[in-house]
Amino acid sequence: MQFGKHLKKFIFFAALPLAIFAIVLVYPFIQGLILTFTNFDGFEATKFVGWDNYVKSFQDPTFWSTLQFTGAFVVVSLVAINVVAFGLALIVTSKLRSSNILRTFFFVPNLIGGVVLGVIWQFIFNSALTSLATKFGWNSMTESWLNETGSAFWALIIVTVWQSSGYMMIIYITGIISIEQDVLEAARIDGAGALRTLVSVKMPLMAQAFTISLFLTLRGGFMAYDVNVALTGGGPFRTTELISMHIFEDAFRLGNFGTGQAKAVIMFLLVAIAALVQVSVSKRMEVQR
Amino acid sequence: MSQKPKQKKSVARSIIFAVGAVLALSYVMPFFLVFVNSFKPKPEILANPLAFPIVFTWDNFNQALQKMNYFQSLTNSIIITTFSVIALIIVSSMLAYYLARSNSKFTKGIFLVLVASMIVPFQALMIPFMSIFAPLVSLDNRTALIFFYIGFGVSLSTFLYHGFISNIPKELDEAASIDGATDLTIFWRIIFPMLRPVTATVAIINALWIWNDFLLPRLVLTPDTQTLPLSTYLFYGQYSAEYGQAMAGLLLAVLPIITFYLILQRQFISGISSGAVK
Repeated sequence: MQFGKHLKKFIFFAALPLAIFAIVLVYPFIQGLILTFTNFDGFEATKFVGWDNYVKSFQDPTFWSTLQFTGAFVVVSLVAINVVAFGLALIVTSKLRSSNILRTFFFVPNLIGGVVLGVIWQFIFNSALTSLATKFGWNSMTESWLNETGSAFWALIIVTVWQSSGYMMIIYITGIISIEQDVLEAARIDGAGALRTLVSVKMPLMAQAFTISLFLTLRGGFMAYDVNVALTGGGPFRTTELISMHIFEDAFRLGNFGTGQAKAVIMFLLVAIAALVQVSVSKRMEVQR
Repeated sequence: MSQKPKQKKSVARSIIFAVGAVLALSYVMPFFLVFVNSFKPKPEILANPLAFPIVFTWDNFNQALQKMNYFQSLTNSIIITTFSVIALIIVSSMLAYYLARSNSKFTKGIFLVLVASMIVPFQALMIPFMSIFAPLVSLDNRTALIFFYIGFGVSLSTFLYHGFISNIPKELDEAASIDGATDLTIFWRIIFPMLRPVTATVAIINALWIWNDFLLPRLVLTPDTQTLPLSTYLFYGQYSAEYGQAMAGLLLAVLPIITFYLILQRQFISGISSGAVK
Protein backbone atom coordinates (compact mmCIF):
# COMPACT_ATOMS: atom_id res chain seq x y z
CA MET A 1 0.00 0.00 0.00
CA GLN A 2 2.66 2.43 1.11
CA PHE A 3 5.00 1.25 -1.62
CA GLY A 4 2.24 1.55 -4.23
CA LYS A 5 1.68 5.15 -3.25
CA HIS A 6 5.39 5.90 -3.54
CA LEU A 7 5.57 4.23 -6.92
CA LYS A 8 2.62 6.26 -8.18
CA LYS A 9 4.26 9.46 -7.02
CA PHE A 10 7.54 8.45 -8.63
CA ILE A 11 5.83 7.77 -11.95
CA PHE A 12 3.90 11.02 -11.93
CA PHE A 13 6.71 13.29 -10.78
CA ALA A 14 10.09 11.81 -11.54
CA ALA A 15 9.95 9.05 -14.14
CA LEU A 16 9.81 11.21 -17.26
CA PRO A 17 12.65 13.66 -16.48
CA LEU A 18 14.87 10.90 -15.11
CA ALA A 19 14.26 8.78 -18.20
CA ILE A 20 15.16 11.68 -20.50
CA PHE A 21 18.22 12.46 -18.38
CA ALA A 22 19.36 8.85 -18.55
CA ILE A 23 18.79 8.58 -22.30
CA VAL A 24 20.35 11.89 -23.28
CA LEU A 25 23.23 12.13 -20.83
CA VAL A 26 23.99 8.98 -18.84
CA TYR A 27 23.72 6.43 -21.63
CA PRO A 28 25.92 8.27 -24.18
CA PHE A 29 28.42 9.05 -21.44
CA ILE A 30 28.83 5.38 -20.49
CA GLN A 31 28.76 4.38 -24.13
CA GLY A 32 31.53 6.93 -24.72
CA LEU A 33 33.71 5.39 -22.02
CA ILE A 34 33.30 1.94 -23.56
CA LEU A 35 33.92 3.15 -27.11
CA THR A 36 37.40 4.41 -26.23
CA PHE A 37 38.47 0.78 -25.88
CA THR A 38 37.12 -0.25 -29.29
CA ASN A 39 37.86 0.46 -32.93
CA PHE A 40 34.79 2.69 -33.24
CA ASP A 41 34.60 4.40 -36.65
CA GLY A 42 31.60 6.65 -36.15
CA PHE A 43 29.06 3.98 -37.01
CA GLU A 44 30.05 0.74 -35.38
CA ALA A 45 32.65 -0.85 -33.15
CA THR A 46 33.67 -4.38 -34.12
CA LYS A 47 36.39 -5.28 -31.64
CA PHE A 48 38.10 -4.24 -28.43
CA VAL A 49 41.52 -2.69 -28.84
CA GLY A 50 42.52 -2.10 -25.20
CA TRP A 51 44.31 1.18 -24.48
CA ASP A 52 45.22 1.80 -28.14
CA ASN A 53 43.16 4.96 -28.52
CA TYR A 54 44.69 6.51 -25.42
CA VAL A 55 48.19 5.58 -26.51
CA LYS A 56 47.57 7.06 -29.94
CA SER A 57 46.12 10.22 -28.42
CA PHE A 58 49.22 10.81 -26.35
CA GLN A 59 51.45 10.09 -29.34
CA ASP A 60 49.72 12.85 -31.30
CA PRO A 61 51.94 15.95 -31.06
CA THR A 62 49.07 18.31 -31.93
CA PHE A 63 47.19 16.96 -28.90
CA TRP A 64 50.09 17.84 -26.65
CA SER A 65 50.28 21.34 -27.99
CA THR A 66 46.51 21.65 -27.60
CA LEU A 67 46.78 20.53 -23.98
CA GLN A 68 49.48 23.11 -23.36
CA PHE A 69 47.52 25.84 -25.08
CA THR A 70 44.37 24.89 -23.15
CA GLY A 71 46.25 24.80 -19.85
CA ALA A 72 47.64 28.28 -20.43
CA PHE A 73 44.22 29.50 -21.51
CA VAL A 74 42.46 28.06 -18.44
CA VAL A 75 44.95 29.57 -15.99
CA VAL A 76 45.23 33.01 -17.60
CA SER A 77 41.51 33.39 -18.29
CA LEU A 78 40.63 32.21 -14.77
CA VAL A 79 42.88 34.79 -13.16
CA ALA A 80 41.99 37.60 -15.56
CA ILE A 81 38.22 37.06 -15.45
CA ASN A 82 38.11 36.94 -11.67
CA VAL A 83 40.36 39.94 -11.14
CA VAL A 84 38.36 42.01 -13.61
CA ALA A 85 35.00 40.76 -12.36
CA PHE A 86 35.89 41.47 -8.75
CA GLY A 87 37.08 44.93 -9.72
CA LEU A 88 33.86 45.61 -11.60
CA ALA A 89 31.84 44.42 -8.60
CA LEU A 90 33.76 46.81 -6.33
CA ILE A 91 33.09 49.69 -8.70
CA VAL A 92 29.40 48.89 -8.99
CA THR A 93 28.93 48.49 -5.23
CA SER A 94 30.81 51.66 -4.30
CA LYS A 95 27.54 53.60 -3.97
CA LEU A 96 27.86 55.62 -7.15
CA ARG A 97 24.66 57.11 -8.46
CA SER A 98 25.39 55.58 -11.84
CA SER A 99 26.07 52.06 -10.58
CA ASN A 100 22.91 50.59 -12.11
CA ILE A 101 23.82 51.84 -15.56
CA LEU A 102 27.39 50.62 -15.17
CA ARG A 103 26.16 47.19 -14.13
CA THR A 104 23.87 47.05 -17.14
CA PHE A 105 26.75 47.87 -19.46
CA PHE A 106 29.15 45.37 -17.93
CA PHE A 107 26.64 42.60 -18.23
CA VAL A 108 25.69 43.08 -21.88
CA PRO A 109 28.41 40.92 -23.50
CA ASN A 110 27.19 38.03 -21.42
CA LEU A 111 23.82 37.99 -23.11
CA ILE A 112 25.30 37.17 -26.43
CA GLY A 113 26.64 33.83 -27.44
CA GLY A 114 30.33 33.21 -27.96
CA VAL A 115 29.94 32.72 -31.69
CA VAL A 116 28.45 36.13 -32.36
CA LEU A 117 30.94 37.75 -29.98
CA GLY A 118 33.81 35.92 -31.62
CA VAL A 119 32.73 37.07 -35.03
CA ILE A 120 32.36 40.69 -33.87
CA TRP A 121 35.89 40.63 -32.48
CA GLN A 122 37.22 38.96 -35.58
CA PHE A 123 36.03 42.03 -37.45
CA ILE A 124 37.67 44.26 -34.85
CA PHE A 125 41.04 42.48 -34.93
CA ASN A 126 41.13 41.77 -38.65
CA SER A 127 39.59 44.92 -40.08
CA ALA A 128 38.83 47.72 -37.66
CA LEU A 129 42.12 47.72 -35.76
CA THR A 130 44.28 47.12 -38.80
CA SER A 131 42.64 49.88 -40.80
CA LEU A 132 42.95 52.30 -37.88
CA ALA A 133 46.58 51.29 -37.41
CA THR A 134 47.34 51.87 -41.07
CA LYS A 135 45.58 55.20 -40.99
CA PHE A 136 47.33 56.51 -37.91
CA GLY A 137 50.63 54.78 -38.58
CA TRP A 138 50.75 52.50 -35.51
CA ASN A 139 53.21 50.16 -37.18
CA SER A 140 53.03 47.45 -34.55
CA MET A 141 49.31 47.01 -35.07
CA THR A 142 48.94 46.89 -38.85
CA GLU A 143 49.16 43.12 -38.83
CA SER A 144 46.07 41.38 -37.41
CA TRP A 145 46.51 39.84 -33.96
CA LEU A 146 44.87 36.70 -35.21
CA ASN A 147 47.63 35.93 -37.70
CA GLU A 148 50.14 34.91 -35.09
CA THR A 149 49.74 32.30 -32.34
CA GLY A 150 51.04 34.38 -29.46
CA SER A 151 48.89 37.42 -30.08
CA ALA A 152 45.90 35.27 -31.04
CA PHE A 153 46.12 33.74 -27.56
CA TRP A 154 45.76 37.19 -26.03
CA ALA A 155 42.94 37.99 -28.41
CA LEU A 156 41.12 34.90 -27.11
CA ILE A 157 41.78 35.99 -23.54
CA ILE A 158 40.50 39.54 -24.16
CA VAL A 159 37.27 38.33 -25.72
CA THR A 160 36.71 35.70 -23.02
CA VAL A 161 37.31 38.18 -20.20
CA TRP A 162 35.04 40.69 -21.87
CA GLN A 163 32.34 38.04 -22.26
CA SER A 164 32.42 36.38 -18.86
CA SER A 165 33.43 39.09 -16.41
CA GLY A 166 29.91 40.55 -16.29
CA TYR A 167 28.44 37.27 -15.12
CA MET A 168 31.07 36.72 -12.47
CA MET A 169 30.63 40.37 -11.43
CA ILE A 170 27.00 39.57 -10.54
CA ILE A 171 28.20 36.72 -8.33
CA TYR A 172 30.71 38.99 -6.57
CA ILE A 173 28.11 41.75 -6.17
CA THR A 174 25.80 39.26 -4.48
CA GLY A 175 28.67 38.28 -2.19
CA ILE A 176 29.56 41.88 -1.30
CA ILE A 177 25.95 42.86 -0.64
CA SER A 178 25.43 39.88 1.66
CA ILE A 179 28.08 41.16 4.09
CA GLU A 180 26.38 42.64 7.12
CA GLN A 181 26.81 46.35 7.64
CA ASP A 182 27.61 45.94 11.38
CA VAL A 183 30.75 44.04 10.56
CA LEU A 184 31.95 46.77 8.22
CA GLU A 185 31.00 49.37 10.81
CA ALA A 186 33.02 47.51 13.42
CA ALA A 187 36.02 47.34 11.11
CA ARG A 188 35.76 51.07 10.51
CA ILE A 189 35.58 51.86 14.22
CA ASP A 190 38.62 49.67 14.78
CA GLY A 191 40.40 51.98 12.36
CA ALA A 192 40.71 49.71 9.35
CA GLY A 193 41.30 51.52 6.07
CA ALA A 194 39.46 50.73 2.85
CA LEU A 195 42.09 48.31 1.58
CA ARG A 196 42.47 46.58 4.92
CA THR A 197 38.69 46.18 5.21
CA LEU A 198 38.58 44.73 1.73
CA VAL A 199 41.31 42.16 2.23
CA SER A 200 40.75 41.18 5.84
CA VAL A 201 37.00 41.58 6.24
CA LYS A 202 35.11 41.64 2.98
CA MET A 203 37.02 39.01 1.02
CA PRO A 204 36.96 36.30 3.72
CA LEU A 205 33.28 36.96 4.38
CA MET A 206 32.40 36.45 0.74
CA ALA A 207 34.58 33.40 0.21
CA GLN A 208 31.62 31.48 -1.16
CA ALA A 209 31.36 33.87 -4.09
CA PHE A 210 34.99 33.12 -4.94
CA THR A 211 34.37 29.38 -4.76
CA ILE A 212 31.49 29.63 -7.21
CA SER A 213 33.10 32.06 -9.59
CA LEU A 214 36.39 30.16 -9.68
CA PHE A 215 34.52 26.92 -10.32
CA LEU A 216 32.51 28.42 -13.16
CA THR A 217 35.50 30.05 -14.82
CA LEU A 218 37.57 26.91 -14.47
CA ARG A 219 34.89 24.80 -16.09
CA GLY A 220 34.23 27.48 -18.71
CA GLY A 221 37.92 27.62 -19.58
CA PHE A 222 38.13 23.90 -20.24
CA MET A 223 34.90 23.84 -22.20
CA ALA A 224 35.46 27.01 -24.25
CA TYR A 225 34.50 26.33 -27.83
CA ASP A 226 32.31 29.01 -29.41
CA VAL A 227 34.69 31.94 -29.11
CA ASN A 228 37.55 29.72 -30.25
CA VAL A 229 35.75 28.64 -33.41
CA ALA A 230 34.42 32.05 -34.30
CA LEU A 231 37.46 34.14 -33.42
CA THR A 232 40.55 32.19 -34.48
CA GLY A 233 39.00 29.07 -35.99
CA GLY A 234 42.02 27.30 -34.53
CA GLY A 235 44.34 29.11 -36.90
CA PRO A 236 47.06 29.84 -37.80
CA PHE A 237 47.74 26.17 -38.62
CA ARG A 238 45.75 24.61 -35.76
CA THR A 239 48.00 26.30 -33.19
CA THR A 240 45.18 28.04 -31.30
CA GLU A 241 42.86 25.07 -30.91
CA LEU A 242 41.53 24.61 -27.41
CA ILE A 243 40.77 21.04 -26.36
CA SER A 244 37.06 21.23 -27.22
CA MET A 245 37.74 22.31 -30.73
CA HIS A 246 40.57 19.82 -31.08
CA ILE A 247 38.20 16.97 -30.23
CA PHE A 248 35.57 18.23 -32.64
CA GLU A 249 38.08 18.52 -35.47
CA ASP A 250 39.71 15.18 -34.71
CA ALA A 251 36.41 13.30 -34.76
CA PHE A 252 34.17 15.09 -37.20
CA ARG A 253 36.66 16.62 -39.61
CA LEU A 254 39.44 14.03 -39.67
CA GLY A 255 37.24 11.01 -38.88
CA ASN A 256 39.36 9.81 -35.93
CA PHE A 257 36.43 8.81 -33.77
CA GLY A 258 38.43 6.47 -31.54
CA THR A 259 41.13 8.95 -30.54
CA GLY A 260 38.60 11.80 -30.58
CA GLN A 261 36.53 10.04 -27.95
CA ALA A 262 39.62 9.05 -25.94
CA LYS A 263 40.65 12.70 -25.90
CA ALA A 264 37.12 13.63 -24.83
CA VAL A 265 37.38 11.26 -21.86
CA ILE A 266 40.78 12.75 -21.00
CA MET A 267 39.15 16.18 -21.12
CA PHE A 268 36.38 15.01 -18.79
CA LEU A 269 38.96 13.68 -16.32
CA LEU A 270 40.91 16.94 -16.44
CA VAL A 271 37.77 18.99 -15.78
CA ALA A 272 36.61 16.69 -13.01
CA ILE A 273 39.97 16.59 -11.22
CA ALA A 274 40.58 20.32 -11.55
CA ALA A 275 37.06 21.13 -10.34
CA LEU A 276 37.29 18.75 -7.37
CA VAL A 277 40.65 20.13 -6.30
CA GLN A 278 39.51 23.73 -6.69
CA VAL A 279 36.22 23.25 -4.85
CA SER A 280 37.79 21.37 -1.95
CA VAL A 281 40.57 23.96 -1.58
CA SER A 282 38.09 26.83 -1.77
CA LYS A 283 35.72 25.17 0.67
CA ARG A 284 38.51 24.78 3.16
CA MET A 285 39.23 28.48 2.90
CA GLU A 286 35.55 29.24 3.44
CA VAL A 287 35.55 27.29 6.68
CA GLN A 288 38.76 28.82 7.95
CA ARG A 289 37.51 32.37 8.05
CA MET B 1 39.49 69.12 9.90
CA SER B 2 36.05 67.61 9.33
CA GLN B 3 36.08 68.81 5.73
CA LYS B 4 39.13 66.83 4.72
CA PRO B 5 37.96 63.21 4.88
CA LYS B 6 34.81 64.17 3.05
CA GLN B 7 36.78 65.84 0.30
CA LYS B 8 39.08 62.86 0.07
CA LYS B 9 36.08 60.61 -0.22
CA SER B 10 34.53 62.60 -3.02
CA VAL B 11 37.83 62.61 -4.91
CA ALA B 12 38.05 58.85 -4.52
CA ARG B 13 34.50 58.55 -5.69
CA SER B 14 35.12 60.59 -8.82
CA ILE B 15 38.13 58.46 -9.65
CA ILE B 16 36.06 55.31 -9.25
CA PHE B 17 33.36 56.83 -11.39
CA ALA B 18 35.84 57.78 -14.11
CA VAL B 19 37.36 54.31 -14.17
CA GLY B 20 33.91 52.75 -14.22
CA ALA B 21 32.73 54.99 -17.04
CA VAL B 22 35.79 54.25 -19.19
CA LEU B 23 35.38 50.52 -18.59
CA ALA B 24 31.65 50.66 -19.32
CA LEU B 25 32.36 52.42 -22.61
CA SER B 26 34.95 49.86 -23.56
CA TYR B 27 32.45 47.10 -22.77
CA VAL B 28 29.91 48.44 -25.23
CA MET B 29 32.42 49.72 -27.78
CA PRO B 30 32.34 46.58 -29.93
CA PHE B 31 28.56 46.83 -30.20
CA PHE B 32 28.87 50.49 -31.07
CA LEU B 33 31.30 49.58 -33.85
CA VAL B 34 28.86 47.03 -35.23
CA PHE B 35 25.99 49.49 -35.00
CA VAL B 36 27.77 52.37 -36.70
CA ASN B 37 29.26 50.31 -39.49
CA SER B 38 26.08 48.49 -40.34
CA PHE B 39 24.73 51.68 -41.94
CA LYS B 40 27.80 52.37 -44.07
CA PRO B 41 28.83 51.25 -47.52
CA LYS B 42 32.03 49.18 -47.60
CA PRO B 43 34.62 51.80 -48.62
CA GLU B 44 33.51 54.05 -45.81
CA ILE B 45 34.02 51.29 -43.25
CA LEU B 46 37.56 50.74 -44.46
CA ALA B 47 38.31 54.44 -44.47
CA ASN B 48 37.31 54.92 -40.86
CA PRO B 49 35.56 52.22 -38.86
CA LEU B 50 34.97 54.55 -35.91
CA ALA B 51 33.17 57.39 -37.69
CA PHE B 52 29.45 57.87 -38.01
CA PRO B 53 28.09 57.10 -41.48
CA ILE B 54 28.35 59.86 -44.08
CA VAL B 55 26.33 57.99 -46.67
CA PHE B 56 23.54 56.37 -44.73
CA THR B 57 22.29 53.12 -46.23
CA TRP B 58 19.68 50.50 -45.35
CA ASP B 59 20.91 48.27 -48.11
CA ASN B 60 23.14 46.23 -45.77
CA PHE B 61 20.09 45.28 -43.76
CA ASN B 62 18.04 44.26 -46.76
CA GLN B 63 20.86 42.03 -47.94
CA ALA B 64 21.54 40.54 -44.51
CA LEU B 65 17.88 39.88 -43.73
CA GLN B 66 17.59 37.91 -46.91
CA LYS B 67 20.90 36.10 -46.98
CA MET B 68 20.85 34.88 -43.41
CA ASN B 69 17.16 33.90 -43.60
CA TYR B 70 16.73 36.16 -40.64
CA PHE B 71 13.06 35.74 -39.86
CA GLN B 72 13.16 32.00 -40.31
CA SER B 73 16.17 31.64 -37.97
CA LEU B 74 14.59 34.01 -35.48
CA THR B 75 11.39 31.95 -35.49
CA ASN B 76 13.38 28.75 -35.03
CA SER B 77 15.31 30.26 -32.13
CA ILE B 78 12.11 31.45 -30.47
CA ILE B 79 10.33 28.12 -30.91
CA ILE B 80 13.23 26.00 -29.70
CA THR B 81 14.02 28.24 -26.73
CA THR B 82 10.39 28.67 -25.63
CA PHE B 83 9.44 25.01 -25.76
CA SER B 84 12.66 23.82 -24.14
CA VAL B 85 12.38 26.33 -21.30
CA ILE B 86 8.71 25.58 -20.60
CA ALA B 87 9.37 21.85 -20.65
CA LEU B 88 12.36 22.26 -18.36
CA ILE B 89 10.35 24.31 -15.87
CA ILE B 90 7.58 21.71 -15.75
CA VAL B 91 9.68 18.56 -15.46
CA SER B 92 12.40 19.88 -13.19
CA SER B 93 10.08 21.56 -10.71
CA MET B 94 8.14 18.30 -10.39
CA LEU B 95 11.27 16.20 -10.11
CA ALA B 96 12.74 18.56 -7.52
CA TYR B 97 9.51 18.42 -5.51
CA TYR B 98 9.60 14.63 -5.56
CA LEU B 99 13.26 14.51 -4.55
CA ALA B 100 12.93 17.13 -1.82
CA ARG B 101 9.84 15.55 -0.25
CA SER B 102 10.60 11.83 -0.23
CA ASN B 103 13.81 11.66 1.67
CA SER B 104 14.98 8.11 1.03
CA LYS B 105 18.41 6.74 0.15
CA PHE B 106 17.18 6.21 -3.38
CA THR B 107 16.15 9.82 -3.95
CA LYS B 108 19.33 11.09 -2.29
CA GLY B 109 21.32 8.93 -4.70
CA ILE B 110 19.44 10.32 -7.69
CA PHE B 111 20.05 13.86 -6.52
CA LEU B 112 23.77 13.16 -6.15
CA VAL B 113 23.98 11.76 -9.68
CA LEU B 114 22.18 14.84 -11.03
CA VAL B 115 24.58 17.20 -9.27
CA ALA B 116 27.64 15.21 -10.32
CA SER B 117 26.50 15.20 -13.93
CA MET B 118 26.91 18.96 -14.06
CA ILE B 119 30.66 18.69 -14.47
CA VAL B 120 30.38 16.39 -17.48
CA PRO B 121 31.24 18.49 -20.51
CA PHE B 122 29.07 17.88 -23.56
CA GLN B 123 32.23 17.15 -25.54
CA ALA B 124 32.81 14.05 -23.41
CA LEU B 125 29.77 12.38 -24.89
CA MET B 126 29.33 14.25 -28.15
CA ILE B 127 30.73 11.53 -30.40
CA PRO B 128 28.61 8.57 -29.23
CA PHE B 129 25.72 10.99 -28.82
CA MET B 130 25.64 11.73 -32.52
CA SER B 131 25.73 8.09 -33.58
CA ILE B 132 23.08 7.07 -31.05
CA PHE B 133 20.65 9.81 -31.92
CA ALA B 134 21.16 10.10 -35.68
CA PRO B 135 17.84 8.31 -36.42
CA LEU B 136 15.91 10.53 -34.00
CA VAL B 137 17.53 13.65 -35.43
CA SER B 138 16.72 12.71 -39.00
CA LEU B 139 13.08 12.22 -38.00
CA ASP B 140 12.54 15.76 -36.71
CA ASN B 141 15.63 17.65 -35.69
CA ARG B 142 13.89 20.53 -33.91
CA THR B 143 11.89 18.25 -31.64
CA ALA B 144 15.00 16.14 -31.08
CA LEU B 145 16.94 19.25 -30.06
CA ILE B 146 14.25 20.26 -27.54
CA PHE B 147 14.37 16.73 -26.15
CA PHE B 148 18.17 17.01 -25.79
CA TYR B 149 17.90 20.33 -24.01
CA ILE B 150 15.56 18.77 -21.46
CA GLY B 151 18.09 16.01 -20.82
CA PHE B 152 21.06 18.37 -20.51
CA GLY B 153 19.25 21.11 -18.60
CA VAL B 154 17.30 19.06 -16.10
CA SER B 155 20.11 18.66 -13.56
CA LEU B 156 20.86 22.36 -12.97
CA SER B 157 17.17 23.32 -13.02
CA THR B 158 16.25 20.56 -10.59
CA PHE B 159 19.11 21.60 -8.35
CA LEU B 160 17.86 25.19 -8.25
CA TYR B 161 14.28 24.14 -7.52
CA HIS B 162 15.40 21.61 -4.94
CA GLY B 163 17.11 24.23 -2.81
CA PHE B 164 14.01 26.37 -2.77
CA ILE B 165 11.46 23.62 -2.17
CA SER B 166 13.45 22.27 0.79
CA ASN B 167 12.67 25.55 2.54
CA ILE B 168 8.91 25.25 2.10
CA PRO B 169 7.43 23.62 5.21
CA LYS B 170 6.11 20.12 4.71
CA GLU B 171 3.10 20.89 6.92
CA LEU B 172 1.67 22.81 4.01
CA ASP B 173 1.41 19.65 1.89
CA GLU B 174 0.12 17.66 4.82
CA ALA B 175 -2.67 20.13 5.53
CA ALA B 176 -3.74 20.06 1.91
CA SER B 177 -3.53 16.30 1.79
CA ILE B 178 -5.82 16.02 4.83
CA ASP B 179 -8.28 18.22 2.96
CA GLY B 180 -8.29 15.52 0.29
CA ALA B 181 -6.10 17.07 -2.39
CA THR B 182 -4.09 14.68 -4.58
CA ASP B 183 -0.33 14.97 -4.95
CA LEU B 184 -0.60 16.59 -8.35
CA THR B 185 -3.16 19.13 -7.14
CA ILE B 186 -1.02 19.98 -4.13
CA PHE B 187 1.96 20.55 -6.34
CA TRP B 188 0.33 22.61 -9.08
CA ARG B 189 -2.13 24.56 -6.93
CA ILE B 190 -0.07 25.21 -3.82
CA ILE B 191 3.63 24.58 -4.31
CA PHE B 192 4.28 25.65 -7.88
CA PRO B 193 2.86 29.19 -7.43
CA MET B 194 5.22 29.65 -4.50
CA LEU B 195 8.20 28.84 -6.69
CA ARG B 196 7.85 31.96 -8.83
CA PRO B 197 11.28 33.47 -7.97
CA VAL B 198 13.15 30.25 -8.79
CA THR B 199 11.04 29.72 -11.87
CA ALA B 200 12.22 33.13 -13.08
CA THR B 201 15.82 32.14 -12.40
CA VAL B 202 15.43 28.78 -14.13
CA ALA B 203 13.74 30.41 -17.11
CA ILE B 204 16.40 33.09 -17.55
CA ILE B 205 19.44 30.86 -17.08
CA ASN B 206 18.11 28.22 -19.46
CA ALA B 207 16.83 30.71 -22.01
CA LEU B 208 20.22 32.42 -22.23
CA TRP B 209 21.98 29.10 -22.62
CA ILE B 210 19.63 27.67 -25.22
CA TRP B 211 19.23 30.89 -27.18
CA ASN B 212 23.00 31.24 -27.56
CA ASP B 213 23.96 27.58 -27.83
CA PHE B 214 26.02 26.76 -30.86
CA LEU B 215 27.71 23.36 -30.74
CA LEU B 216 24.64 21.18 -30.26
CA PRO B 217 22.51 22.99 -32.88
CA ARG B 218 25.47 22.85 -35.22
CA LEU B 219 25.51 19.08 -34.96
CA VAL B 220 21.76 18.59 -35.03
CA LEU B 221 20.01 21.23 -37.14
CA THR B 222 19.68 21.56 -40.91
CA PRO B 223 19.63 24.82 -42.95
CA ASP B 224 15.86 25.24 -42.76
CA THR B 225 15.71 24.73 -38.99
CA GLN B 226 18.87 26.61 -38.01
CA THR B 227 18.86 29.02 -35.11
CA LEU B 228 20.16 32.57 -35.03
CA PRO B 229 23.71 31.88 -33.80
CA LEU B 230 24.14 29.24 -36.51
CA SER B 231 22.86 31.37 -39.35
CA THR B 232 24.91 34.32 -38.12
CA TYR B 233 28.06 32.22 -38.07
CA LEU B 234 27.45 30.79 -41.53
CA PHE B 235 26.46 34.15 -42.94
CA TYR B 236 29.54 35.84 -41.54
CA GLY B 237 31.75 33.08 -42.85
CA GLN B 238 30.39 33.66 -46.33
CA TYR B 239 30.13 37.43 -46.41
CA SER B 240 32.81 38.64 -44.01
CA ALA B 241 34.42 40.52 -46.89
CA GLU B 242 31.17 42.46 -47.32
CA TYR B 243 31.78 44.39 -44.12
CA GLY B 244 28.58 46.41 -44.15
CA GLN B 245 26.35 43.40 -44.66
CA ALA B 246 28.25 41.38 -42.10
CA MET B 247 27.81 44.17 -39.55
CA ALA B 248 24.11 44.47 -40.31
CA GLY B 249 23.78 40.72 -39.85
CA LEU B 250 25.56 40.88 -36.49
CA LEU B 251 23.40 43.75 -35.34
CA LEU B 252 20.27 41.82 -36.28
CA ALA B 253 21.64 38.82 -34.41
CA VAL B 254 22.17 40.66 -31.13
CA LEU B 255 19.10 42.89 -31.33
CA PRO B 256 16.41 40.50 -30.00
CA ILE B 257 18.27 39.45 -26.87
CA ILE B 258 19.50 42.95 -26.03
CA THR B 259 15.99 44.36 -26.38
CA PHE B 260 14.66 41.60 -24.19
CA TYR B 261 17.35 42.31 -21.61
CA LEU B 262 16.72 46.03 -21.49
CA ILE B 263 13.00 45.40 -20.88
CA LEU B 264 13.49 42.71 -18.23
CA GLN B 265 16.79 43.93 -16.83
CA ARG B 266 15.93 43.65 -13.15
CA GLN B 267 14.63 40.10 -13.53
CA PHE B 268 17.76 39.12 -15.44
CA ILE B 269 20.17 40.37 -12.81
CA SER B 270 18.25 39.11 -9.80
CA GLY B 271 17.56 35.81 -11.52
CA ILE B 272 21.21 35.25 -12.23
CA SER B 273 22.44 36.35 -8.83
CA SER B 274 20.03 34.09 -6.97
CA GLY B 275 20.85 31.22 -9.31
CA ALA B 276 24.57 31.70 -8.90
CA VAL B 277 24.75 31.66 -5.13
CA LYS B 278 23.14 28.25 -4.87
